[in-house]
Amino acid sequence: MTEVAIMPKVETSHDHGALAVHCQAVSKSYGPIPALANFSLTVPQGTLVSVLGPNGAGKTTAIRLLLGLARPSSGKLSLFGGDPLSRITRIRIGAMLQVGRVPETLRVREHIDLFSSYYPCPLPFAKTVVIAGLGGLETRPFGELSSGQKQRLLFALAICGDPDLLFLDEPTVGLDVEARHLLWNEIRQLLARGKTVLLTTHYLEEADALADRVVVLNHGSIIAEGSPAEIKTRAAAKTIRCVTHLPIALLRTLPGVLKVAEDRSVRLIYCSEAERVLRQLLQLDLEISQIEVASAGLEDAFLALTRASNGPQEGQSSLRQEESDRGNQQH
Amino acid sequence: MATSSIRIQAPHLQPPKLMAICTKEAKYEFLKCLRLPMYLVSSLLLPLMFYVLFGLIMGRQMIGNTSMALYLIPTYGTFGVMGASLFGTAANLATERGFGWLEVKRASPMPVFAYFVAKVVLSLIFSLITVLLLLFMGMVFGGVHLATMTALKLIATLVAGSLPFCAMGLAIGYFAGPTSAPAVINLFYLPMSFSSGLWMPYMFLPKFIQHLAVFLPPYHLSQLALNLVGSGLAGSAATHWQSLTGFALVCLGIAWAGHQRDQKIHG
Repeated sequence: MTEVAIMPKVETSHDHGALAVHCQAVSKSYGPIPALANFSLTVPQGTLVSVLGPNGAGKTTAIRLLLGLARPSSGKLSLFGGDPLSRITRIRIGAMLQVGRVPETLRVREHIDLFSSYYPCPLPFAKTVVIAGLGGLETRPFGELSSGQKQRLLFALAICGDPDLLFLDEPTVGLDVEARHLLWNEIRQLLARGKTVLLTTHYLEEADALADRVVVLNHGSIIAEGSPAEIKTRAAAKTIRCVTHLPIALLRTLPGVLKVAEDRSVRLIYCSEAERVLRQLLQLDLEISQIEVASAGLEDAFLALTRASNGPQEGQSSLRQEESDRGNQQH
Repeated sequence: MATSSIRIQAPHLQPPKLMAICTKEAKYEFLKCLRLPMYLVSSLLLPLMFYVLFGLIMGRQMIGNTSMALYLIPTYGTFGVMGASLFGTAANLATERGFGWLEVKRASPMPVFAYFVAKVVLSLIFSLITVLLLLFMGMVFGGVHLATMTALKLIATLVAGSLPFCAMGLAIGYFAGPTSAPAVINLFYLPMSFSSGLWMPYMFLPKFIQHLAVFLPPYHLSQLALNLVGSGLAGSAATHWQSLTGFALVCLGIAWAGHQRDQKIHG
């Protein structure tokens, strides 16, 4: 039924040696629902790759597959060229997952001591405490920590073994701005020490601040991939809504316009540089009215972009689809 | 540095010894439960309280040649090791499974084996403490006299007899929800204890419950323990051990099925 192919235990193929994470065409379905489809990802050692996407995009599924917590329905994956399930691989890995409840009667020191014992060369306790910013809280039971402090303890448990590869699943959820920036700094210092990080987030800002490369995931599929700068430009898309008598064909040819859709008399113009497009619109159509400019949400921006890049034939039909979607939303 | 630039750095590190991890895991499992009032009440306080009440304060009559204070040590001992084992395994497993902590542990390099060993060791330790406390109370306040050898056998039997209930706890822990686990445990624990003659001696139980008792594992463990103080009923020790072993195997099978089910849903 489900074939699971895992890379061989030792690094037989040298081209995978420099990769901390190698993931090829991995798919995962829970019953009939595909959680992840044809997911390919490589993370070179010493870099930070961020998987960016809205909630439910399949980010956590990807992390769980890579950690060996779930088995892929198809595809191949390896960590440091080895099987994610082998202990030899696992002692080089740390993970910070989203967790509902942690044993609350154990103290910070005890949690860290226990997790450190799983690794051959853990960081000294004092260093872990400093990196995770838990100074002064060593004897406090987990149940008495604030939510930010809890998050930091989970971070401490991920790094205490001094792993070469760190998985961070939405590490800054629930942190205030200051705590978030502190954690970013710690992650940067890990990178400076040659560590590899795979980070999932739904904040573009976070991916931009940390990542060497960003992979955008939506509905279980990769919809864009590139440097943070590239992704940011593409995700900076705006939507201009207006009523105009300019033909759609003409609107499409305006510089900066990515895609045009119609919603009864209203035109929806997806564009990368809203100001430039607006200037042209105002010049070309003196009777243009009801102008609204909004930033396309991350999801919308990427969906729009991937549809726009599918070429004119398909673009046309998917525009109609989008149009009817929008019509439905309004009712 | 490796000769080839694409070689992995430091591939020679060996994982820490399994024994060391198991020890640490068990130590913290113990501390965790020691600080949980709910666990202490179920494993230590309830059996002791019942024993003091029925064995020491009210227990003036004799059961055969045995004083109530002596007779109730094996039975409340069985009750105690059951509580320690069921709550030690089932409640912890259900909570940690349900709230994602087991997942965090599985994502770490901890060998899963150590996780379960720790739960069993914890149950054994608390079983031992419960039995020792009961013996102490009986000897000091109940005028109970036991030969050292008999006392040691009694302790060994009750502590070893907690293992089938650890298996039962794992089975419950894999199927009970994280918040409902204590209720589910009590649903099995309390009726089973009563019907096996752990609260009031077997011969005081209604007839139909007496017939039911032979199918219940706590009955067999309590009879093994009662045999040691000369109050056991008919039935050879071998039969009792076989029943307990069979029960443990069935429970392990159910736990295994639960584990597979988890893998299917989440894996």
